[in-house]
Amino acid sequence: MPERTVTVASKVGLHARPASLFVDAATEQPVDITIELQGGDALDASSILSIMSLGASHGDVVVLRAEGAEADDSLDRLVKILETDHDAE
Amino acid sequence: METINGVGVSPGRVIGPVLQMPPPVQEPAPSEKLDPEQTVDQETQRLKTAATAVQAELKSRAATATGDAVGVLEATSQMAADPMLLKAAGNFISTQQHSAERAVWDAGEQVAETLKGLGGYMAERAADVLDVRARIVAELRGMPAPGIPVSDTPFILAAQDLAPADTATLDPAVVVGLATSSGGPQSHTAILARALGLPAAVAARGVDRIADGSEVYLDGATGEVITSPDDVLEAKVQTWREQSASLTAFEAPATTADGHHVPLLANVGNPEDAAAAAAAGAEGVGLLRTEFCFLGRDTEPDHQEQVEQYRAIFDAFAGCKVVIRTLDAGADKPLPFLTNTDEPNPALGVRGFRTDMTSPGVLERQLTAIAAAAEGSEAEVWVMAPMISTRDETAAFAALCRANGLKTPGIMVEVPSAAVVAGQLLEKADFASLGTNDLTQYTMAADRQVGELAGLNDPWQPAVLRLVDMTVDGGKAAGGQHPKPVGVCGEAAADPALAVVMAGLGVSTLSMTARALGTVATVLKSVTLSEAQDIAAEAAAQPTAAATKEAARSRLPVLDELGL
Repeated sequence: MPERTVTVASKVGLHARPASLFVDAATEQPVDITIELQGGDALDASSILSIMSLGASHGDVVVLRAEGAEADDSLDRLVKILETDHDAE
Repeated sequence: METINGVGVSPGRVIGPVLQMPPPVQEPAPSEKLDPEQTVDQETQRLKTAATAVQAELKSRAATATGDAVGVLEATSQMAADPMLLKAAGNFISTQQHSAERAVWDAGEQVAETLKGLGGYMAERAADVLDVRARIVAELRGMPAPGIPVSDTPFILAAQDLAPADTATLDPAVVVGLATSSGGPQSHTAILARALGLPAAVAARGVDRIADGSEVYLDGATGEVITSPDDVLEAKVQTWREQSASLTAFEAPATTADGHHVPLLANVGNPEDAAAAAAAGAEGVGLLRTEFCFLGRDTEPDHQEQVEQYRAIFDAFAGCKVVIRTLDAGADKPLPFLTNTDEPNPALGVRGFRTDMTSPGVLERQLTAIAAAAEGSEAEVWVMAPMISTRDETAAFAALCRANGLKTPGIMVEVPSAAVVAGQLLEKADFASLGTNDLTQYTMAADRQVGELAGLNDPWQPAVLRLVDMTVDGGKAAGGQHPKPVGVCGEAAADPALAVVMAGLGVSTLSMTARALGTVATVLKSVTLSEAQDIAAEAAAQPTAAATKEAARSRLPVLDELGL
């Protein structure tokens, strides 16, 4: 199954606005995507409540997984969002 | 024309259409099952449709919102159609045959509990989940969404009472007045109205039954709400508009008619308040609340962060006095790293200075940061602790301040014991500041938030004035030739009549919301110091709150002339 390992760049962690942007993007993808902290449970990436309860902080490493024809493209889009510090824009 | 007489809590006259605050969403009955005509799939679809509608509504509000509200609205709009929430609700529908309303109620509860269990920032988001849940239930029932009505045109908001969460989202550009059927002079509605300068009447029985869209006249000084206003009332609004323009201006120093200086200071809760207060001409800060630095975080802010925040405020008041209050947290305003949230009686629990017993270190680190921020700043920094009740606490706090290089330690007088033995306490500290909101609630044993107790929770109560008097006397006894200064930093200082009484009782400074400075200064200027002393003595001798208020107001004709 395609997967990506990413470090959370957002200074505030995956909270507030960065979390909203991530969930919006995950919802738009044609495939189901999961997110987990390394070694943790896989959660639905399109759920803001899941993302919030994940509690990923700045610098934490998360793993994204997806299956299907467009999995790789979708994962790459989400990686880009996690690698950006949106507050610094 | 029909007149409803309430209690005026924030002066101003306005005419406008009423919009009612929708009633809070009631919990669906635990046994509420889905309609036998409906299949599980249809009910699940009904829930999804409602959730999507709520999501769209919140999203469209996010699009027009500004500032911090945008992020909050975006996140709550995502919660409305969250797959985790809808899946949990869908399970309740299919396994228990619950109605969509009951299913989403339980699912929201479950999710909120999970978030609370995570603590800190997540725990605070639990309230957002419950808000979204209430919106979905209202949508399913075809009822108006809870919260302040959305309108493009200005209106007078009528309600039974407003909660802190409601008042936080109130937009003063659209809401031009507040009228509640319950609540008291110290309720959140009243405090918010004064801070925003909105005319407001509370305890106005019947205003929650005025039809949406009806024009009413609201007088926030007399507490009158009058339906179908005529030309006479229209003219009164016009007069107020002209007069209030001159009342908002304040030029230091504030004095009595005979030139006795009573510095008017500002209550400040964050750097924006400080800038506004400085622009309004405040003669200093009488109460700098430091909670803004600590709220909404999982961990204590570090030294440098605190220093920068305090310093920014000190810099806005170069050459002036700034009285900074150390952290005032408790079960009612919890901080994850400091407070226990399951006390049975938060107002009487571990709060204010008392948290230093249970979480030692936080206070001392704050004092170190205050000292570092004061070092090299041009403000004259005084420091006080909230919720002091004994001489030992006073001595401990003063010693801690001095050990950190802070030369002027003081105490808040909010607990009646501190007022009664103020002389003994002030032997150990340099000044006292009367927090009249809490002092009133503790003296009368009446919760500030309980509308039914508004009559008790009134700073005009003779017992409260007696305690103010005792505190001033304590300052004299402890200071001898140089009485220890006693100020007021509660809402009482913003009431111009009460401000005169306080000055007459010997209070040396008055600290208030910056908007009240001009009004208080104008009324203070209308009497000499000895007149103020007479008024205070006469008021304090009265047997009821209504009589003390009347005794003072009848000697201050300027109040009626100005519509205050």
